[in-house]
Amino acid sequence: MAEKEILLNVENLHVYYGVIHAVKGVSFKVPKGSIITIIGANGAGKTSTLKAIMNLVKQKKGKVIYNGEDISKKGTHEIVARGLTLVPEGRHVFPNLTVLENLLLGAYLRNDKEIKKDLEFVYYLFPRLKERKHQKAGTLSGGEQQMLAIGRALMSRPDCIMMDEPSLGLAPIIVKQIFDIILKLREEGKTILLVEQNAFQALKISDYAYVMETGKIVLEGKAKDLLNDERVKEAYLG
Amino acid sequence: MDLSFIAQEIINGISLGALYALIAVGYTMVYGVIRLINFAHGDIMMVGCFIAYFLLLKLKLPWPLALILSAILTGFVGVLVDRIAYKPLRDRGAARIINLITAVGVSFFLESLFVVVLGGVPRAFPVPDIFNKEFCIGNVYISMATIATIIIGLICVSILFYIVYKTKIGMAMRAISVDFETTKLMGVNVDRIISFTFFLGSALAAISGFMWAIQFPSIDPYMGIIPGVKAFVAAVFGGIGSVIGAVVGGLIIGILEIFIVGFLPDLAQYRDALIFLILIFTLLVKPTGLFGEKLEEKV
Ligand SMILES: Nc1ncnc2c1ncn2[C@@H]1O[C@H](COP(=O)(O)OP(=O)(O)OP(=O)(O)O)[C@@H](O)[C@H]1O
Ligand SMILES: [Mg+2]
Repeated sequence: MAEKEILLNVENLHVYYGVIHAVKGVSFKVPKGSIITIIGANGAGKTSTLKAIMNLVKQKKGKVIYNGEDISKKGTHEIVARGLTLVPEGRHVFPNLTVLENLLLGAYLRNDKEIKKDLEFVYYLFPRLKERKHQKAGTLSGGEQQMLAIGRALMSRPDCIMMDEPSLGLAPIIVKQIFDIILKLREEGKTILLVEQNAFQALKISDYAYVMETGKIVLEGKAKDLLNDERVKEAYLG
Repeated sequence: MDLSFIAQEIINGISLGALYALIAVGYTMVYGVIRLINFAHGDIMMVGCFIAYFLLLKLKLPWPLALILSAILTGFVGVLVDRIAYKPLRDRGAARIINLITAVGVSFFLESLFVVVLGGVPRAFPVPDIFNKEFCIGNVYISMATIATIIIGLICVSILFYIVYKTKIGMAMRAISVDFETTKLMGVNVDRIISFTFFLGSALAAISGFMWAIQFPSIDPYMGIIPGVKAFVAAVFGGIGSVIGAVVGGLIIGILEIFIVGFLPDLAQYRDALIFLILIFTLLVKPTGLFGEKLEEKV
């Protein structure tokens, strides 16, 4: 993977919540056009890592390089403007806005003429959203909300999409749909950083993966090697 | 009790209610985006009055220009208050009670500042002549000031609804009110939206202050307290965080107050106390107010 251009490079990242040291010097690389996965148990610090990259946590240390530029001191909206986005854990759609408004808010920074076209693309990926575009997002099912969260992130035209547990709490058939979409997005040229508890499915579609435990990366390797790794099998594949 | 008397009371009530409504939306919008009851909001209205006073008296500006300019300048005063007093606390993640105490402090500060600089003696607001005209339909008397208040109030509320419900910036305001962090992920510069909210709320308070002053043309540094508090009651009654609630709440409180004075003259001296009873009653029976459902839009 060394030949490929690195789109996102995280170096020695630390996150603190007061006295809690949640992320303790995490480093990893996301090459352009790849699907990279971080797996790890509850409380390992995966969400904190993603939030720190987006500068959504108060106390953090370390370097985040995106597209060759140090973004570690940039505001969240400036990071989004550079083409990096996060689909947050738990979906976090805006329940009081309609589906359409949620999607348009995703395109907040854009003024171009292609917003309509991208809206159609999201509706093509998730036909359910089109049927429900004037419905308040709070009335959607969990799976539909996840689709909306992903669609909303796409509306900013990101190059790199980070997804925090997109399959959490969803029925197997919806989970499969979500993973299919992730593969489709990669075909579209997007780069994807996935955080998952659903380790088996995530590793199957990934190129490379990292294992996180109590704030540190304890293991990394090609996804298919990790699928056969005894430690991974025991701890995450059950 | 004759009909024209009732009609008179209703018109007066709507006019007073419009004044409260324009102040109440400022409380509710700021609460919606940053969960702060800006107790200095009534004083912002006072600042607006004094700005209009100087624009009319010293610069001899025509009243529409004075009205608009005072709204804009007061809007910036609101932004300044946020930047100096509230934003530093927000950035440090201060507890809500600290923000609240700061708001009370800002209120005292603005009042004292105006007393020190301009003195506490009430001044006569230079009411433009046009507002003193009176019309008479049957036995109902309507002053131009009342008509202007209702019309301008209607225009302001329409513009406000348009901004909140039909524009991108309004969408961002509604989004911040439910989920601050995720709104940032949409690429929204939330500091800018918060500033805009303070601007809008303060400008509307200034417009309300102007309309107030043409009906009750004596202005002093403490004039914002009572309308401010009543508008706060209106905002809570309507459902704090809901723009529609603030407008409806303002109108109801205004009409109620006029009705108390008009129909129950014995209770007239208790009108302020009765309005507070509404606050206590609302908080006891339905703290979310008329429109403040859990999942309602909280702007
Ligand atoms: N806002 C916060 N305040 C204090 N501690 C926090 C906060 N957010 C997270 N933590 C702590 O930081 C640690 C890492 O949490 P994080 O949410 O990053 O884990 P995670 O790997 O995403 O877990 P999960 O798989 O359950 O989502 C946990 O111990 C958690 O309790
Ligand atoms: Mg998590």
